[in-house]
Amino acid sequence: MNGSLDLLLIPVLPFAGFLLNGLLGRGLPKWLVSTIALLAPLGSFSVVLRAALAIWGVGSTPLALPYTETCPLPWIDTGTLHIDFSFALDQLALVMLLVVTGVGFLIHIYSVGYMGHEEGYWRYFSYLNLFLFFMTVLVLAGNALLMFVGWEGVGLASYLLIGFWYKKNSAATAGYKAFIVNRIGDFGFLIGLFLLLANFSTLTFSEIAEKLAATPAWQGGVLTAIALCLLVGATGKSAQLPLYVWLPDAMEGPTPVSALIHAATMVTAGVYMIARTHFLFDRSPFALDTVAVVGAATAFFAATIGLVQTDIKRVLAYSTVSQLGYMFLGCGVAAYSAAIFHLVTHAFFKALLFLAAGSVIHALGGEQDMRKMGGLRKRLPVTFWCMTAAVLAIGGFFPFAGFFSKDAILYAAFLHGTGGQVLWFVGLVTALLTSFYMFRLWYLTFLGEPRSEAAHHHATPASMLSVCVILALLSIFGGWIGFGEGLGRLGAFLAPVIGVRSAETNAGKLELYLSIAAVAVAALGWFIADRLYRQRPQRPAELAASLAGPYSLLANKYYVDEIYRAVFVKPLQGISMYLLDWIVDKALLSGGAWILAGVMKFFGAILQRWQSGNLRSYAGWLAAGAAAVLLFILLPWPALLASWFGIHVSWGGN
Amino acid sequence: MIPLSWYLLLSAVLFCLGVAGFLIKRNLITVFMSIELMLNAVNLSFVTFAHQWHAVKGQIFVFFVMMVAAAEAAVGLAIIIAVFRVRATLAVDRIDLMKL
Repeated sequence: MNGSLDLLLIPVLPFAGFLLNGLLGRGLPKWLVSTIALLAPLGSFSVVLRAALAIWGVGSTPLALPYTETCPLPWIDTGTLHIDFSFALDQLALVMLLVVTGVGFLIHIYSVGYMGHEEGYWRYFSYLNLFLFFMTVLVLAGNALLMFVGWEGVGLASYLLIGFWYKKNSAATAGYKAFIVNRIGDFGFLIGLFLLLANFSTLTFSEIAEKLAATPAWQGGVLTAIALCLLVGATGKSAQLPLYVWLPDAMEGPTPVSALIHAATMVTAGVYMIARTHFLFDRSPFALDTVAVVGAATAFFAATIGLVQTDIKRVLAYSTVSQLGYMFLGCGVAAYSAAIFHLVTHAFFKALLFLAAGSVIHALGGEQDMRKMGGLRKRLPVTFWCMTAAVLAIGGFFPFAGFFSKDAILYAAFLHGTGGQVLWFVGLVTALLTSFYMFRLWYLTFLGEPRSEAAHHHATPASMLSVCVILALLSIFGGWIGFGEGLGRLGAFLAPVIGVRSAETNAGKLELYLSIAAVAVAALGWFIADRLYRQRPQRPAELAASLAGPYSLLANKYYVDEIYRAVFVKPLQGISMYLLDWIVDKALLSGGAWILAGVMKFFGAILQRWQSGNLRSYAGWLAAGAAAVLLFILLPWPALLASWFGIHVSWGGN
Repeated sequence: MIPLSWYLLLSAVLFCLGVAGFLIKRNLITVFMSIELMLNAVNLSFVTFAHQWHAVKGQIFVFFVMMVAAAEAAVGLAIIIAVFRVRATLAVDRIDLMKL
């Protein structure tokens, strides 16, 4: 296939939507705002689809990858450093783009129904388009700096959308928190970029990969440092330990935003970034192990918190953190395609979980507390069945999407030596917890008796339900793309970019046993949830009472927020207030300026008297000045100086 | 023949009178007249030197000075009238809007 794929259009269309709605949206009718906002991601999605068709060679020869489009204008061109606006499309980027624009488009549709009554309708959609713009830039970026632009941009869009209800104090604070915590991660990313630049003198991914390929002996050392810096960036964006704290609070945003940004796409940027720079991580076993440990620890840690949360969105938020931990675990054992596979399936079922939860919240007029739900199965049958599919998918039941991808990660971890089996075990326990808390949510929300009668309930619009149904189908069947040897078609497709580990290819009996173990564990989680929440609904409260210590530890999220507040926030506030504000700013800088100004004022007050406005005093000074000049010219100064002080000066030339 | 120094002395005396009047007098019109006096004192020394050195340049300068003085008188008197209309006074000390 010849000709351009117009990659540029993919980010530019949402950006145009952002500009149109953002600048003019206030005055436009709602239907026009929706049309603009929906056309932008639809356009991007169709460009991506066209690219996909070109790559798979439908109707012509397949396109050679990676395919790069560079903006003819240079971006940074200083001496040795040359950076372009280059968009690179390869298999990895294509998979990611399909998810981002596809799921993004679906959630745009859902939002039309969900946000219909909101005042800032136009504002919401312009932010959503802005997010899509930055996210596609991030994915398509051919060099690390452009990726960083997208990276920062999605953080901005996330901040704007978390704080969408900015009149609500908690939402505004959650927005700050997300932004600030992300900045810490971004700082690590930035240091990593500088190190890359210093060691490779380029930021283009393909050139870095080439340079690394040319020096096969280069291991560890500075590469470890770079990889760890990038990992810090990834933990910030992908909500891993220790920077995960912003994600649960981000649930203050509108639910479709939680689905799109804080579950399906943006938070996976860290995983994508690690997969994109896997050639660096591959050269540093230590960094890879760190990624794996961070991932496994996060998966387990977040899952335990998820066990006792009562806010439906918070449960989903912690499950997101936990599932992202799985992806990191996959990256950490160098099973990048398994991680990407889980990223894709997770995007389907987690978006669905959030959208179904949103439909529940919508129907109950804003109620998010699961203790006040229950018995919604009859009232929301479509949502119920969609949610069931999503719960089975995230729980890892065969043949739902989550089963294949989680299984691939656990299998890869198991083959990763002794330490790998520990990681596998942690992952397995996490799978048990995941299954338990997801069924807990399911029972509490949909089954049993209604625990409170909602004051008013809206009918769920068909647009929202149809999106849920599409995502439910994807959650059920989406896993099949990775079915078979070496992750099947998906693995084979991604292989040119991120390689295939031998571990992934020789699937045998072992994988079957591990799969059976995983499903058994998931079923066990379901069984426990069933015992506790269906058969004996009073039992959870008794358990909580008898295990008060651990329960309150979990319910308070291990007091991590409080610890961070005491260890980082308070000291920083103290330093800012006492040292920087009072001493440096007020005393030194401001004080110095005041003293200088005081001196000037003092002399000014003296000299001011000269400016009397009295004509005759001016004339007097004029006359005195003239007399002084005359005196200076007429008196024989050299002679006088010589006679008075013994100073001899020569005047001019004589 | 009256010696040169007498003319110059007269010129200097007239100039100093002009300066003194300018500095001391409070009436704006008197101040204005003092300026005229200074100009004419200078004119006198111009003419004196022109006569002494038989140079016509000095006399031409005198015409220039007179012309400028006439123009100045016209403008100056107009300003004085305007000031008087506004302030109803010609005391220099009271016309002090220029101070800070």
